[in-house]
Amino acid sequence: MAYSDKVIDHYSNPKNVGTLDKASKSVGTGLVGAPECGDVMRLQIEVDQATGLITDAKFKTFGCGSAIASSSLATEWLKGKTIDEAVKIDNMDLVEELNLPPVKIHCSVLAEDAIKAAINDFRSKNGLEELVFEQSHV
Amino acid sequence: MLKLPIYLDHNATTPMDPRVLEAMLPYFVENFGNAASRNHSFGWQAEEAVDYAREQIAQLIGADPKEIIITSGATEGDNLGIKGVFEMYASKGNHIITCTTEHKAVLDTCKHLEKLGAEVTYLEVQPDGLIDLKQLEAAMRPTTILVAIMYANNEIGVIQPVKEISAIAKKHGALFFTDAVQAVGKIPVDVNADGIDIMAFTAHKMYGPKGVGALYVRRKNPRVKVTAQMDGGGHERGMRSGTLNVPGIVGFGKACEVARLDMAADTERISKLRDKLENALTQIEESYVNGNPAHRLPHVSNISFKYVEGEGLMMGFNKDIALSSGSACTSASLEPSYVLKALGLGDDLAHSSLRFGLGRNTTEEQIDFTIKAVTETVLKLREMSPLWEMFKDGVDIDAIQWAHH
Repeated sequence: MAYSDKVIDHYSNPKNVGTLDKASKSVGTGLVGAPECGDVMRLQIEVDQATGLITDAKFKTFGCGSAIASSSLATEWLKGKTIDEAVKIDNMDLVEELNLPPVKIHCSVLAEDAIKAAINDFRSKNGLEELVFEQSHV
Repeated sequence: MLKLPIYLDHNATTPMDPRVLEAMLPYFVENFGNAASRNHSFGWQAEEAVDYAREQIAQLIGADPKEIIITSGATEGDNLGIKGVFEMYASKGNHIITCTTEHKAVLDTCKHLEKLGAEVTYLEVQPDGLIDLKQLEAAMRPTTILVAIMYANNEIGVIQPVKEISAIAKKHGALFFTDAVQAVGKIPVDVNADGIDIMAFTAHKMYGPKGVGALYVRRKNPRVKVTAQMDGGGHERGMRSGTLNVPGIVGFGKACEVARLDMAADTERISKLRDKLENALTQIEESYVNGNPAHRLPHVSNISFKYVEGEGLMMGFNKDIALSSGSACTSASLEPSYVLKALGLGDDLAHSSLRFGLGRNTTEEQIDFTIKAVTETVLKLREMSPLWEMFKDGVDIDAIQWAHH
């Protein structure tokens, strides 16, 4: 199975690899997946409290090239979005942009889950109720 | 000049040796006869070529040429050997002993026989990949007709104690079958010294052509018979019907001869390169060799690089280096290697493994390139790995409640 050029590009030059201060109130952290399943993603967002805009996003991923590319692309998309816009990122958008084959769709699902987990972490830190999400497309 | 890509997946298949191709060429267009045609020179010529190849094959494993049953490969050999014994010896019993790290061609054959009334014991292996002989002894029953244990494992290269295994089988009146695909042609295999009754092996793992293999079936002490699994013209002493693949068999014979003559020199050279690769890669922090290093094929190394995922790792160099991973990220099941799991490795370590299979054409230059590429990719991916960061921060990863998806 050959990888798409976009997956190879994100794998070779991943965007926004790194760590934000998870203790900070303006940072939301989502850690999803499991080592036994071969995929763990940690995605973090930093939110400007005044404007509600995501000013920074970072990730670290243990997984295959498609998992790394999905999380790298997700951080690109998150930056500059409001929380309300970020919630709407759908895993199928990642699949389309990266040309992921069917066996790799779970990588995009994981990235969507990581975004939502990071948003909920931010919300609960700031006294907001956690959002309840529907299951993503698998 | 280093030519890319580098092939380090010799457990999957090997390139054909040019000497083998040369031996085969006359048997496609010129000498095309059917070895079963008894009444003309075309047939005689083909038969003579097959007889000669059968001798070459037999000589490599210390057998009599009459004990070589030609097959299409080791999957067929595993099926014919195990199913054939189950059917032929049904009146003596229905119990088969095998182990959990066998190839699927053995495991799935045993599962199939369970549906037909066989009782099968699947022995667990020890953390180093070897079976426990005491457990084997304890598993033997009066109804045990067959012990089926592989000679050497395809994923980790571990060599089972076949002499001891065959002695236990013999003591209890059972036959000993071994899938020796990875061993024959790589290390000395002698059916008499090793006490083997039935053995499957194949040409394409030893620089011969694909689509041809052999089943060794002992003729003396004891005389073994297997029930044919394909009906037809009664070729191969009635155990395997079908027109013989003459060019393939000629190539298989030549590959056996080359292996016999070159084995000692090849092993010495290749094992040095394997050790160089392994010593360099285990310098990387948190990397572990899988399988017993003292009882192992000379050309195989299976290493887990903790906190990086195998498929992601291979992507870092797979345009330049061809090898295999125990990660099954590409399969729909998401299950990592069952062989590594059978050693007691956690799924995470199984997902993090690479299998290096060196071969006759592997050079030191290729190994140096591989050491550099793998090391760089492991270090790069660890910088990207949340698990590596947790490990470095002293977080107990096993204590985390992971959400399984």
